[in-house]
Amino acid sequence: MKFKKFILLIFLYTFFCQGDLIANNNNVLVNKISKNLRCLICQGQSVYDSQSDFAVSMKLLIKKKIKEGNTEKQIYDYLKNQYGEWISYDTEINKKTYLLWLFPLLLFIFGGILIFRKVFIK
Amino acid sequence: MKKNIIYLTIVFIFIFIFILFYKGLYKTNIYIPNELNNKNIVQFSGKDLFSEVEINFGQLISNNKFTIINIWASWCLPCRSEHHFLMDLSNNSKINLVGLNYKDRPTNAKKFINDFGNPFSKILIDPDGTISIELGAYGIPETFIINKDQKIVKKFIGPLTKKNMREIEQITN
Repeated sequence: MKFKKFILLIFLYTFFCQGDLIANNNNVLVNKISKNLRCLICQGQSVYDSQSDFAVSMKLLIKKKIKEGNTEKQIYDYLKNQYGEWISYDTEINKKTYLLWLFPLLLFIFGGILIFRKVFIK
Repeated sequence: MKKNIIYLTIVFIFIFIFILFYKGLYKTNIYIPNELNNKNIVQFSGKDLFSEVEINFGQLISNNKFTIINIWASWCLPCRSEHHFLMDLSNNSKINLVGLNYKDRPTNAKKFINDFGNPFSKILIDPDGTISIELGAYGIPETFIINKDQKIVKKFIGPLTKKNMREIEQITN
């Protein structure tokens, strides 16, 4: 009898909490994606932080897209297509941005060489 | 000699960074998305403001040469200032003007139309703003010109001006 009750409890728990769990997972993903997007109205803030009309609607749209079964990458690609590369905080490496990516590396190598010469070669 | 080369390189790098940042100071850092020209319009559907019937946007553009979507709201002041331009556009037989009512109360939207006139052939509602975001808009008012191939020919951000009206005439003629 106890076992039956236990099974019933587990069944009820999974039945009622499954929806919540999926909703929670979706919310985590919405937050993750919106943190990586730039708000175009308050341009110093992410979509996650901003409370502008644009950001609020954007979060709703991301939620809708996730419900429709879109993956994270598909959502980023869609938004980049609509608003341009600039909307994403994660800058791609292409011919417009290679200097941005390579310059710190070059400075690092140059600084390393300087330090190496100073310390080890006398 | 070697020391001089190192010093010169460091000075050169500093000058380069200084010029880069100095130029950056005078560059406007407000980004305006302009990625949509010549792209296909996203397919969407919305409820009609008056009949509340769900309408697919594709149905609205099939027969006409140019379709103009105007995103507006009754609470948006710049929308009022551009409304007379929209009324003028509604007289142009080559244009099908469709309104997208953004985050508005239907009663307020209807009152706005009653007070200022209805330039639109259809008004769809966007209560949560997601249709506008899907279209690629980021504020209101915004106006999209779409050709019969369902491609966005031009997008105007902000209220329409006389200059914009001339551009619209050039495009649609």
